[in-house]
Amino acid sequence: MASDLQAPVLDVDSILADRDVRIVVCCGAGGVGKTTTAAALALRAAEQHGRRTVVLTIDPARRLAQALGLTELDNTPRLVKSVDAAGGGELHAMMLDMKRTFDEVVLAHTDPVKAEEIFNNPFYQAMSSTFAGTQEYMAMEKLGQLRARDTWDLIVVDTPPSRSALDFLDAPARLARFLDGRMLRLLLAPARAGGRSMFNLVTASFGVFSRAVQKVLGAQLLSDLSGFVAALDSMFGGFRERAEQTYRVLQDRETAFLLVAAPEPDAIREAAYFAGRLRQDRMPLAGLVLNRVHRTQLPQLSAARSLAAAAALDQAGEHDSTAEVLRIHAGLVDQGVREKRVAGRFTRDFPEVPVAEVPAQPADVHDIDGLRTIGAALARPLSRP
Amino acid sequence: MWRMRRAQPKAGQQPKGVGDSTPPRAGGGAGRVEDETDGCEGERDVNQVNPFWPARLHVVTGKGGVGKTTVAAALALALATGGRRTLLVEVEGRQGIAQLFEIPPLPYQERPIAAAADGGEVRALAVDPEEALLEYLDLFYRLGRAGRVLRKLGAIDFATTIAPGLRDVLLTGKVKEATTRTVDGRRIYQAVVLDAPPTGRITRFLNVTAETARLAKVGPIKTQSEGVAAFLRSPMTAIHVVTLLEEMPVQETIDAIGDLAAAGLPIGRVIVNAARPPLLTAGRITQAELRRGLAAAGLTTDREAVAGLQAEAKAYLTRQKVEQSLRAELDELGRPIVELPLLPDGVTRAGLDTLAATLLAAE
Repeated sequence: MASDLQAPVLDVDSILADRDVRIVVCCGAGGVGKTTTAAALALRAAEQHGRRTVVLTIDPARRLAQALGLTELDNTPRLVKSVDAAGGGELHAMMLDMKRTFDEVVLAHTDPVKAEEIFNNPFYQAMSSTFAGTQEYMAMEKLGQLRARDTWDLIVVDTPPSRSALDFLDAPARLARFLDGRMLRLLLAPARAGGRSMFNLVTASFGVFSRAVQKVLGAQLLSDLSGFVAALDSMFGGFRERAEQTYRVLQDRETAFLLVAAPEPDAIREAAYFAGRLRQDRMPLAGLVLNRVHRTQLPQLSAARSLAAAAALDQAGEHDSTAEVLRIHAGLVDQGVREKRVAGRFTRDFPEVPVAEVPAQPADVHDIDGLRTIGAALARPLSRP
Repeated sequence: MWRMRRAQPKAGQQPKGVGDSTPPRAGGGAGRVEDETDGCEGERDVNQVNPFWPARLHVVTGKGGVGKTTVAAALALALATGGRRTLLVEVEGRQGIAQLFEIPPLPYQERPIAAAADGGEVRALAVDPEEALLEYLDLFYRLGRAGRVLRKLGAIDFATTIAPGLRDVLLTGKVKEATTRTVDGRRIYQAVVLDAPPTGRITRFLNVTAETARLAKVGPIKTQSEGVAAFLRSPMTAIHVVTLLEEMPVQETIDAIGDLAAAGLPIGRVIVNAARPPLLTAGRITQAELRRGLAAAGLTTDREAVAGLQAEAKAYLTRQKVEQSLRAELDELGRPIVELPLLPDGVTRAGLDTLAATLLAAE
């Protein structure tokens, strides 16, 4: 049976201790504990392996953010207090401010007057906060910036909770395709030719096209769009160059990708899809972190036997509490079996990918101690019974 | 859908729904359909609104991973019970409905996907923004060749990518059209259930006027968005937020409800998914107690068994305590709450029916 396949055990410590690994990217579906995993890995790298670490988070839970000292969204890494620095390591943390990062990119590629024009353009305002892939692109951009500063010897990145985790990898290409597209060139053609109106071209198809567009969208919208597109075009070279550079860094041996999932069908499907994609893009996949795994302490007592005993106690009308404990146990055994079956789907498709299983924590993690516990659990994954 | 509408044309009939090119007036547009939610369509009409789910469009949102699609599907099944017909719609190109029902990917066409209890039918539709835009353009501007040119140039992709607000108007407009569509004065759908974008994006997605107003100051897109906005703010619509009893989903639920309320959007229920039964409500259990109970049940009472079971019980109680405080946070929202049980065998068709029955029993 597929679920009987044994995946190799992921050795997290050897990755964190490897000085040649400079970037760890955590990716996976939303809601699987990705941010917590990233923070726990970064903390462990700082405390156990003496590394100067920065963790780039996207949208941490409020209390986790507070634990990391991220009380404001200021887009710069802050030193995390109450980290044990005896081994010479440090932990810095930052939360990505998408709009601000986009603004910084614009400022870096153009003069202040033109930047101001761009900031005021309604299309820029819409795109910098909502463009599908902007968050992914900006996470890449920020990663590139952090790496270029050379202040840290390990960068741990939490990727955005994309509709599809692939957006993270696709962002640079999509942005490039968008900026390089025929549509954009068409819109730009009159601007480049020095014409005032974008739609003074008289080619047949374009005439039809422009009438349609004007009818639907209106002239004001078109002139805003034209302004935005022209501005973007001037920055395009820089945009694409940086995105492509970061993409190459991600392919390099200095990067380790960790997939994060929970043993649930959607999360496992997403992880498998992502593993396939990383392979296709020749990105270094280090392993799968399987969070929130439920394991019984007493595997020798089966769910069926446990439930039968609970029913017998109910019938006798005594030991209510014991009956309930037996039901809790049965539920846990069943859940463990189900989770193993679901996780087995990933291992069936990617038998060579090492897995670290992290037991479900009874309460949510929102302090440094909790992160330490998770980090230790990551480094000593559950052995598969 | 629009194709279907055009398949049964009436003389002089103007397209409605997504195509409303006039702003809503009193007694027309959203105002007219509001009256129907009072249930005066005729006695015992299967299309009468369900008094416990009093809306025609049910928008289902929630943090990613909480089971939004599952709950939306269960609600569509629930509202179709008893010879009714509902439409389950997705708008994000995820094909979540197809995966849930284990059927091939859904096209941009309404098609039956499941039978509900007592002769009901659920249809499903995956709205694609490109298709919706082309349909819209074709319907109102008779673009023909130009539509094809637009597509060839990548203009559709361009327009829906660069201006997500425009894309959202098209998507919500299509949903409005399906919800309000009638044939011979009768509703096609008793209700429409939308598997909507997650909590992080839901307010922006539904707040169509504000989003398009930033981009389109005048023109048909603006008029269109005003019609959709009025519909989404009318009693025809209810937005339900799905959550798990976990910290992040609950936090996002509270944030989203605050944002939706601030935007004047009608909030329906909070739906707690995968709730576990309360066990050991008396609190902790001692090892001595457990040993006696295990002995009475004829099970081993060795140290390992007793300590193991006690540890499992303790973890369960810790979790239960966390869940109780999260429940209290949800209660403070002052919205009706429905709890759906954790499905022991995962989400199966039988499991969906269980959830549908639970939703239908909610008061």
